[in-house]
Amino acid sequence: MSAPALWIGIPLTMGAVSFLLLSDRTVARAGGITCLMLALIALIIPIDEALLVGPLSIKIASTASLLGRSLVIPAGESALLVMLFGLCSMWFFGSEAAGVARQLVPAGLVITGLLIAALAVQPFLYAALMVDIAALAAIPLLAPSGRPPSRAVVKFLIYQTLGMPCILLAGWLLAGVETSPGDLALTIQATVMLSLGFAFLLAIFPLSDWIPGLMGASHPYVAGFVLWILPNVILVFGLSFLDNYAWLRTSTQITTGLRVLGLIMLVSSGLAAAVERNLGRLMGHVVIAETGLTFLAASLAIATGTNMVFPFFIPRGLGLILWALALAVAREGYPELTFQSLGDIGRTRPWAGAGLVLASLSAAGFPLLAGFPARIDVWAGLAGVSSASAIWYMLGLAGLMIGALRMLAQLLGPRTDEPAVPEETSMQRAMLGAAMVALIGLGLFPRATEFLVTRFPYMFEHLAR
Amino acid sequence: MAGPFPAWFAVILVASAATGNLVARDWRWNLGLVAAQYLGAAVLAAAHWPVGMAAALLVTGWMSIAALGMTLSSLPVLHPQIERSWPQGLAFRLFMAGTIFVLAGGLAPRADAFVPGIEASVVAGTVLLVGIGFLELGTSDQILRIILGLLTVLTGFEVFYAAVEGSILVVGMLSTAILGLGLTGAHLLNLSQPEESE
Repeated sequence: MSAPALWIGIPLTMGAVSFLLLSDRTVARAGGITCLMLALIALIIPIDEALLVGPLSIKIASTASLLGRSLVIPAGESALLVMLFGLCSMWFFGSEAAGVARQLVPAGLVITGLLIAALAVQPFLYAALMVDIAALAAIPLLAPSGRPPSRAVVKFLIYQTLGMPCILLAGWLLAGVETSPGDLALTIQATVMLSLGFAFLLAIFPLSDWIPGLMGASHPYVAGFVLWILPNVILVFGLSFLDNYAWLRTSTQITTGLRVLGLIMLVSSGLAAAVERNLGRLMGHVVIAETGLTFLAASLAIATGTNMVFPFFIPRGLGLILWALALAVAREGYPELTFQSLGDIGRTRPWAGAGLVLASLSAAGFPLLAGFPARIDVWAGLAGVSSASAIWYMLGLAGLMIGALRMLAQLLGPRTDEPAVPEETSMQRAMLGAAMVALIGLGLFPRATEFLVTRFPYMFEHLAR
Repeated sequence: MAGPFPAWFAVILVASAATGNLVARDWRWNLGLVAAQYLGAAVLAAAHWPVGMAAALLVTGWMSIAALGMTLSSLPVLHPQIERSWPQGLAFRLFMAGTIFVLAGGLAPRADAFVPGIEASVVAGTVLLVGIGFLELGTSDQILRIILGLLTVLTGFEVFYAAVEGSILVVGMLSTAILGLGLTGAHLLNLSQPEESE
């Protein structure tokens, strides 16, 4: 069996099969177990090496052919597969508690398969096409039947579609830059086109206004999944450009540009989060801030050759799962999700309330939570490069922290004498509890995922090695 | 391979169809004109791609149009919507289309500066389609016009990309993206109609 057949073919097939399943529980478990199995296989069975199990010899080949081109999943990408499929299984198991299993799991599996294909396709530039197709597959999730599509969904469609041609053209121009490195005009054209492509795909400031809108208008769990998986894969795709083109990697303008963009995104979303009154939109601001943080980490990683980007991946995934699930549970009783309407959630849905507070604190870099170690590393790195950047960084995180504390103050609500009965189901409590334990556990024991994080750079030849 | 005469004929077809699409407000005309646009684009793409690959572009484009047409024909009769956003006048649209024509006319003779060996007709077709597609995207907030604008931009891109990339996989994926865009548009159009009161 080949790795692409396993990690691309199976999710796509299971996605199609799970469309036929009728029960929420069955769909959630089918999707969750499939992804968990794929994560375990990626963790245990090495790619392109024969593994002897008794009399059996198992070997997963890294390459498969498709229409004259190759899909390659090398051994170095196994850590990424473990992370993506492991977190996907959590999203899918949690979808039952969120009440969106039949909506999320089939399309989610298809999107996951397409995005893995995006990382596997050779030449790697074609990933832009796969990402676009995955984004199109996400539209029915974000604009479900029964409601008119929001402006945010339409903007998402436009930006993801326009990003693809920009990246493909940039790839063609970059090939020209490689053959004639002294051509300054060509270099500028390639850089501008590449920046434009990633600005569309990653919703870089000022093209990011659709993210809070999407979180406010779509189901938070479904939108959370899309806003977790798409930026993560696109970031890895973006890092592939830096890995493949030495002149991009060694350009100080690119490093500075990434740092400035990261700071702009972090500070602007931090300020917006500090004054936001809708919990869904607040999560949207955090998603933008997380992308900004990753840009900052990437700028430091390129400059210092250290592994600073990848420690963000798992805490970001866990934080978004918890936040999205808590919002989905809260939404059952408080459809508006505004601070004002959620005033007594601390009593009626205490697990969801606690999840919201923990997830927002972790995103703001509160000590002893999962988000803290990666953020403090970047802060220290920034302080070494530029004191002004470190101060702006602190300002951005302070905005996120103010948003989290305002939420905490509102969710506790006024003191009343009436006894409140928690309204969450046992499944919702279990899933929220598990995610909270994971978020706290990863904060207390940040090295627990080191066996994966240290293997992420193996997917690149030059970055962070 | 398309010769110079059919290629310039295709540019004229593309220019008239794209301009007509920008001006027309009846969805039947819009879809018909985009279908004509795909015919012209396929002829231009055939300058660099084998006919079979160019035909794939044509067929998937028409399939997208068919999906949109089937959806629109099953929806209740639509009254022409008044654009809320400025600008909205016919004269303005024609003026903007004229600026795109000037741009295309200015860039086409310098085609070799972009890609060695590329025909002026391909550059002219690309600039016209991408430019008018962006105009469409920028001057309307209606789902149908946005989808048609995106399809027009992608078609223009395909015409240009055909000159630099001939991979079957790319053609397959671009076709999938175009078909996906048509189906997504059909889904969004369905949702954007208010439900009939009982």
